[in-house]
Amino acid sequence: MTHQQAAPPPEGPPRAHHDMGGVPKFLCEGIDTEPHALTEFDRTVDALRGILGAKGMMSVDELRRGIEAIPEADYLRLTYYERWIRSIADNLLARGVVTEAELRAALDAA
Amino acid sequence: MLAPSSYKPGSAVRVRDDWPEARGPCHIRTPHYLRGRTGRVVRHLGDFPNPEDLAFARPAARLPLYHVAFTPQSVWPDAGGTELLVELYEPWLEPA
Repeated sequence: MTHQQAAPPPEGPPRAHHDMGGVPKFLCEGIDTEPHALTEFDRTVDALRGILGAKGMMSVDELRRGIEAIPEADYLRLTYYERWIRSIADNLLARGVVTEAELRAALDAA
Repeated sequence: MLAPSSYKPGSAVRVRDDWPEARGPCHIRTPHYLRGRTGRVVRHLGDFPNPEDLAFARPAARLPLYHVAFTPQSVWPDAGGTELLVELYEPWLEPA
């Protein structure tokens, strides 16, 4: 079934790119509801977010805001947990928990 | 602004036709396709800290959250179904 979206207000601003609900492009593609196996990376990112939440360093709301702030091209390219780690990194850099130099050094050492 | 929890089940409400995402960084839970649409309050789900403030680690007031029902065809003319049920925070609603 195709869905035609009712016209937005003529001079209305465009939706934010992550605000995909009700967009025909996505309505027309079936949703894969099969269980997905989590990778080691996925589990690590999820655990990291849990620790940051428990320590009061980052809420899920801040996680979501960070995900929504990812530029559209990157947002569409990244996997679910890649968006999470991008947001986590941006949040921790903005909060001064880690510095860009420390993050770079850790990535180089990995 | 209305007093907290001012809408009863059955109240007709309109979603504010506001686009904060056009004004700068924000985090909102009101989908774009409902702005300016009219629906009906189904139930008060409770009061929760405003995610628009939590997203920026700001102090967050507790706001009434409602289930609001819309007619799918009022949003998408050829949609199926009989009810589009969405969770919306009170500041996004105005009497219709």
